[in-house]
Amino acid sequence: MSAVSTQDRIARRFAALRDEGRAGLVTFITAGDPDHETSAALLAGLADSGADLIELGMPFTDPMADGPAIQASSLRALNNGARMTRTLDLVRGFRTRDADTPIILMGYYNPIYAYGVDRFLADAKAAGVDGLIVVDLPPEEDGELCLPALKAGVAFIRLATPTTDDARLPAVLANTSGFVYYVSIAGITGTASADNARVADAVARLKRHTALPVAVGFGIKTPVQAAEVARVADAAVVGSAIVTRIADNLDEDGTPRPGLVDDVMVFVRDLAAGVRGARV
Amino acid sequence: MSAMTRPNSFRTGPDDNGHFGIYGGRFVAETLMPLILEVEKAYNAAKDDPGFEADFRERLVNYVGRPNPLYYAEQLTKKLGGAKIYFKREELNHTGAHKINNCIGQILLARRMGKRRIIAETGAGQHGVATATVCALYNMPCTIYMGEVDIARQQPNVFRMRLLGAEVRSVTSGSKTLKDAMNEALRDWVSNVDDTYYLIGTAAGPHPYPTMVRDFQSVIGNEIREQMQAAEGRLPDSLVACVGGGSNAIGTFHPFLDDPSVALIGVEAAGHGIKTGLHAASLTGGRPGVLHGNRTYLLQDDDGQITEAHSISAGLDYPGIGPEHSWLYDQKRVEYVSITDTEALEAFQTCAKVEGIIPALESSHALAEIIKRAPTLPADHLMVLCLSGRGDKDIFTVAEHLGVTL
Repeated sequence: MSAVSTQDRIARRFAALRDEGRAGLVTFITAGDPDHETSAALLAGLADSGADLIELGMPFTDPMADGPAIQASSLRALNNGARMTRTLDLVRGFRTRDADTPIILMGYYNPIYAYGVDRFLADAKAAGVDGLIVVDLPPEEDGELCLPALKAGVAFIRLATPTTDDARLPAVLANTSGFVYYVSIAGITGTASADNARVADAVARLKRHTALPVAVGFGIKTPVQAAEVARVADAAVVGSAIVTRIADNLDEDGTPRPGLVDDVMVFVRDLAAGVRGARV
Repeated sequence: MSAMTRPNSFRTGPDDNGHFGIYGGRFVAETLMPLILEVEKAYNAAKDDPGFEADFRERLVNYVGRPNPLYYAEQLTKKLGGAKIYFKREELNHTGAHKINNCIGQILLARRMGKRRIIAETGAGQHGVATATVCALYNMPCTIYMGEVDIARQQPNVFRMRLLGAEVRSVTSGSKTLKDAMNEALRDWVSNVDDTYYLIGTAAGPHPYPTMVRDFQSVIGNEIREQMQAAEGRLPDSLVACVGGGSNAIGTFHPFLDDPSVALIGVEAAGHGIKTGLHAASLTGGRPGVLHGNRTYLLQDDDGQITEAHSISAGLDYPGIGPEHSWLYDQKRVEYVSITDTEALEAFQTCAKVEGIIPALESSHALAEIIKRAPTLPADHLMVLCLSGRGDKDIFTVAEHLGVTL
């Protein structure tokens, strides 16, 4: 392990983005989708294709906040043998080649709870995980994972949403670290897109309450939309659209077609170009 | 509260954050947190409002038809030759099951909150029918999520819901049963936060639902208490109820939790048998985890992935259970057992032939446990079955299992 704490990897990346005067691109893929080897190849290609931070989904049978695209990706991964230890293997493999790009594990609490919170935090940290986004752990349940994660030096990134009012926002931000993830719509992933003026207002509101970077996600499907968000936020998160691109490169029986990874990377490069060109 | 120390009362839970011991809680996405806090606030205010209680009572009497009888099942008692068996006739409620008790309570709450649209999940369709019924009564648009598999095996209830004006949405994700219907209902709620009220049908989900549903269903146990006092001049000796999510059972048990002389028996669905892995017995065959907003016993693999439940009864076909049951199980205040599909089918037919009552397959699980136990007990043992629903909806399923073509 390097002497630099993992939490610093997120801070350093956002500092570097500030120095470059641009927003970041956060890409989401599901660990083990469509299979372990292809997932490893996708992960390896993301940073080179312009992803500044990587969210890696921990597959779960019942992803309640996710739309059809990510639901399907979770099931593909699980049907092909994904499990928590394999997810951490993917991170470990990635870290042998890339010491700088932050990796955030995103998912639901039960697979972590089943793994054991302390063991999970130790193993995730050792594998090179920088932060966690756990959808079904609101601040009311901070004792479960958020506080132990902060103690273990793993960032706990909270979701703020259109329903999080000013009265509630301080509680949501209190133990948040790394960055704040603004969910731009009241809805599930990969469905509706937010009006950009409302996103700008929401980011400005968050900025009044926190010094942390603000990433915006849910409903960002195209390089143009990513660029719009990149003008007003510190990072744009794209998930379902990338996962859909993976699904588009599968045969009817689910076998990855040759060229899947390259095709997904073409899309990621387009997204990155959109984000990088946004403030020019 | 430690699992090792016996509390002074079993009726004080949950704590302010909705915990029964380590179970319960509020494990939901941030988008929903403000909504469930709003439900909690509104429910607490309603509880303190005598007008709300009066409205609830009035509807239960004049619309649901309460109190329903505590019926002495003399023929079954004679046939089994042991305990004196009573049926709490929830199947005589309007819509044919206990589900309507909770729906009346929650629709009154939704109206107080100014909500304009109702969503719900359903397994067997009983909660869907009850929800569609109260939505028709109060002229509110209603969307019911139901797994594709359940739609196929509960056609009469699907038709009933549509007649009542509800939109029934088929859920094709995951295992296409009750748990997936609940996922879809939660996804709908996240996407329609301004006007929609989620009317959960069982004593599970995020706080305050497990408590609220229990409170509305406690009318069952409270009536049993009064009616048994009138009939026998004392408390019953044992109460038996089936447990899927566990709303009829918690409503039956809760008023008796602090009466140590009353044995409480919850009956889970053992499907093809616990050892086969094809069952729906979360307590007997699962372990604690977090799903659908609460920590509770769940059917899951060693990686924390939720596994499919199996039961002939769609209403019990759920891989979780209400959090208060999990706590009562750990505390050993309630004894939880399980009954297979085959045993439930036999009990179903016995009840029809001996008592002239066709019970729901869900309730048949509880009845099968009574058929096992009653012969071993003395004649002065007062045993109560919560006959939670009627079986008309199940005749196609039963006919198929008996090799009869309708």
